[in-house]
Amino acid sequence: MRLIDEAALDDMTLGSTVLGSGGGGDPYIGMLLARDAIRRFGPVPLVDLDEVPDDANLVFIAGIGAPGVIIEKVPRAHEYERVLQQLERFTGKTFDYVCPIEAGGLNAVTPFATAAACGVPVIDADGMGRAFPHLDMVTPTLFGQQATPFVMVDEHGNSMFLESLTNAWGEAYARAGVLASGANATIALYPMTGADAKRSLVRGALSTATAIGRTLREARENHRAPVDALVAGHEGVLLFTGKVEEVDRRNERGWTLGTAKLSGLGEDDGHTFTLHFQNENLAAERDGRIVATTPDLLMAMEIDSGVPIPAEEIRYGYRVAVVGMPADPLWRTEAGLELAGPRRFGYDVDYVPVEAGARETVG
Amino acid sequence: MSLRLGIDVGGTNTDAVLLDGRDVVAATKSSTTEDVTLGILNALEVVLTDVDPAEVSSVFIGTTHFINAIAQARGLEQVAVVRLATPPQSLLPMLDWPDHLTGIVGEHFYVCPGGAQFDGAQMDDVDEVRLRGIAKQIAEAGIQHVALSGVFSTVNPEHEELAATLLLEELPDITVTRSAAVGRVGLLERENATILNAALRTLAGRVIDGLEQVVARAGISAPILLSQNDGTVMTLDRAREYPIFTIASGPTNSMRGAALLTGIDDAVVVDVGGTTCDIGLLQRGFPRESTVAMSLAGVRSNFRIPDVLSIALGGGTVIEENGAVVGPASVGFRITEEAKVFGGDILTFTDIAVAAGAESIGDPVLVADVSASVRDTALRIAAERVIEAVEKTKLTSTDTKVIVVGGGGPLLAVLPGLEDVIIPAHAGVANAVGAAYAEAGGEVDRVYNLAGTTRSEILTAAREEAIALAVKAGARAGDVRIVDAEDIPLTHLGGGQAVRVRVKAAGPFHDFTTTDKEGR
Repeated sequence: MRLIDEAALDDMTLGSTVLGSGGGGDPYIGMLLARDAIRRFGPVPLVDLDEVPDDANLVFIAGIGAPGVIIEKVPRAHEYERVLQQLERFTGKTFDYVCPIEAGGLNAVTPFATAAACGVPVIDADGMGRAFPHLDMVTPTLFGQQATPFVMVDEHGNSMFLESLTNAWGEAYARAGVLASGANATIALYPMTGADAKRSLVRGALSTATAIGRTLREARENHRAPVDALVAGHEGVLLFTGKVEEVDRRNERGWTLGTAKLSGLGEDDGHTFTLHFQNENLAAERDGRIVATTPDLLMAMEIDSGVPIPAEEIRYGYRVAVVGMPADPLWRTEAGLELAGPRRFGYDVDYVPVEAGARETVG
Repeated sequence: MSLRLGIDVGGTNTDAVLLDGRDVVAATKSSTTEDVTLGILNALEVVLTDVDPAEVSSVFIGTTHFINAIAQARGLEQVAVVRLATPPQSLLPMLDWPDHLTGIVGEHFYVCPGGAQFDGAQMDDVDEVRLRGIAKQIAEAGIQHVALSGVFSTVNPEHEELAATLLLEELPDITVTRSAAVGRVGLLERENATILNAALRTLAGRVIDGLEQVVARAGISAPILLSQNDGTVMTLDRAREYPIFTIASGPTNSMRGAALLTGIDDAVVVDVGGTTCDIGLLQRGFPRESTVAMSLAGVRSNFRIPDVLSIALGGGTVIEENGAVVGPASVGFRITEEAKVFGGDILTFTDIAVAAGAESIGDPVLVADVSASVRDTALRIAAERVIEAVEKTKLTSTDTKVIVVGGGGPLLAVLPGLEDVIIPAHAGVANAVGAAYAEAGGEVDRVYNLAGTTRSEILTAAREEAIALAVKAGARAGDVRIVDAEDIPLTHLGGGQAVRVRVKAAGPFHDFTTTDKEGR
C-alpha cells in the first residue's frame, strides 16, 4: 500500500498518455478531477492485488463518452461518487476497492475521484494495460467475467442499471446510453471479487504508468531525449522517426478511423511508415510491411519533447518517433488476439509482436 | 499613391515602415520608450519625413503590450467568471492558474444552469432568477469585468448571448466577454482566454486610446488596424473588446514580413535578435502553427501560435573558452556598450561575425585581434546550431529556402554552410513590414450535426462561411483563400453524428495591390 499524492498523480497522468496508444481521451481532465479529489479528501491509498482479500468486492470505474465532448462538458466529482453508491444500491453489495478499466488515457486516474470521495483504495491494476475503445475488450472477458450488472450515471441526474446477456451486448447498451446522456457519462462495471481480479487483471498497470511518466519527466529535467529514455527503460521499441506527410481521418460507425503516412528522418531517411488508427493506433507498416499490430502498444511521440500525440490530433507536419511496447502476456494468447488482435478491428493481417519490428540499426 | 504604414512595438525596439504595394519606401528602428507612444511618435516622424501623411491609407500596428501585461501581471483588473453549466461544477475556472495571477484577477466564480449539448441542443434553460442574483453579487463585489462561458457555446452561443444581455441590463457599466467569441472547443482553456481578455479590457481601452492619439498627432487620419495572432487584423474597436487576440502577433509578423520582403511563401525563417534566434516555417505565406496549445504566462489556453524554435544565439551572445562556448549568456540590449566592436570588453557573436567579414557593425578595427582559431571555432558551433534548428523546422528533406530577418540577421551570412541564406533588404524591420502586410481573415470553428447532411456538404458550407467572414472583414472577394481546414469527428458515438470543423480563410485587403503569387 502506498499513498498517491499530487506529485505521484502528475507522473501517473503523463505515463497514461503513453499507455493510451494514441487514444483513451485527454488525461489532463482526468488529472484535474483526481487532483481536486485528493485536495479535498487527502492522498488516496493504492494497493497491490496481493493485498486484496479473495472475498473482497471491487469494480472498474470509468468515464465514457467522446473525448471531444469531455473537454467541453467537463466531468463532475458528483457522478464519480454517485456511480458507486448507485451500484451498491442496485446490487445490495458493498464495494471495498475501485480499479481503472484502462491505464491508458483519461480513465487511468478517474477512479481516484471515486476512491477519495467514497473512502476506498484504488487497486494497482487494470483490465487492459493500455486503452481500447470497447468496454468488452478487457482481460476479464478472457476469463468469462461479466461486464454487468453495471451502472451508468450522467450529470443530468439519470442512472442506468443494466444486466446484459454478453459483454458485447453490454457495450451496445452502454453506447446507446452514453449517447442519450450527451456523450459524457460515468460508469461502474465488471463487479468482481478479489479472487477474480487476481486471475484476470493486468497487474501493476498504474505503477507502470507512473514509472513511464517519471522517466519522461526526468529526461526533460535533465535535458536528455525523452523518447530514448522511454525506449531504454520500458521495453520500448523505436519503430520509426519521421514527419507526418498525410493524414486521412474519417468517421465510420462512430469511430475515428484513418491512417497517418510518415516519411523518414535521420536514419530512416528514404523510408516510409504508415500508422493505422481507430481511436487508438492499431497497426504499423514500414515500407509496406506490417511491423506492429494491436494488442501491442503503438505511440506517436513528438521527437524533441516526447509528448504523445493522440490519433485525433495527429496532423500534417508533426515530427514524430513511433514507439512500440509489448502488450500484457494475457493479450498475446489465442483468446486475447481474437478479442483485441488486428482482425477484431477489420485488419486482415496476422499479429506481429512489436519486438520483431524493431528498426534494423544502421551501421 | 496609397501607402500602408506598419508599426511594431516590441520590448526593445519600435519599428515603423511605409509600404507602397509590396515595396518598402521608408523604414526606421528606434528604442521603445517607457511611455510607448513617444517611441512610436519618434518612429513616425522619421518615416513621414518625405511623405505627406494624407497619403497613408491605412495603419497597421503590432504590439506586445498585452502579452507583456499578462507575463508581468501588470495592468490587469479583477474579473467575475460566470459559467453556464449544470451546478455544482467540480472543475472550477482558474483551477490551474499561477498564484500571482489568481491573486490579481481574484477568484470570483459563479455557476448558473445553462449550456448546450454537443449537437447544440439546450442542456438546461438559463436560470434568469439566479443570474440576476449573481449580477447583484458582482455589483456588491465592485467588479467591472465579467468573463462569461457556457458549455458548448462554440456550437450554440444562444445561452451566452442571453446571459450577456441580462447581465448588462442589471449592470450597464460592466464589460462582458463571451467565451464563444474568444476561443475554441475545450471549456477550461476557452474560459482561461476569456478571463484573461476580461482582465485586460481596462488596459486595452487606455493603450488603444494612446495609439489612436499618437497616430492622429502624426497627422494621419487613416483607419488603424491591430495585428492578430494569425496574421490577420482587427479594428481598434474590436481590439478594445478582444485584446487577447494580439498576444502572439510578434513572431507571426516577423515571418509574414520575411515573406513579403522576399516574395517567397514557403521557407524556413530565422529571426535573429539580441539573445535568441527564433526559427519557424512559412507555409503558403503563413507561419506553421504549433502542435501544442499556448501557455500564456502559465495559463493554459487553446490558442494556436506559430511553431517557433528558439535557440540561444543572437547578436549579444557571449563567446568564451577560446570560442568553444557560445552562449547561452547574452549581453542583450547592452550590446552597444559591452561588445568589443563598440569598445566594450566582452566577446560576443556580433564581434566574431564582424571579424569574419560580416556587414560592419560598430568598429571592425576593434576586433582585428580576435584569433582565427577562436573565430572559426565559434562560427562552426553557431553554424551547427542554426543548421540543426533549420533542419528540425523543415518539413521535407527537399531543398527549402532559408530567409534570415531581424536586427542580427546579417551576422548569419558568414556562417559556414549558410552561404545560401536569403537576407532581404530591410530585414531588420521585418516585424513592422509583416504588420503592414497583414490580411483580413475569417474563421469558423464549430461542431456540426451530421444528421440529414454529409461531411462534404458541411465542409463546403463552413468554407463558404469563412470566406464570407473574411470579405466582411475587408478582404477582396476574389482573392480570399482557405489557409487552413480540418475536420475531426466526435468519436465514441454510435453512428457518428457529429463532426468538429475548423476552417480559416484569409485574403489581402482591397487596397493591397498584389502581384501574382506562386503556389496559391
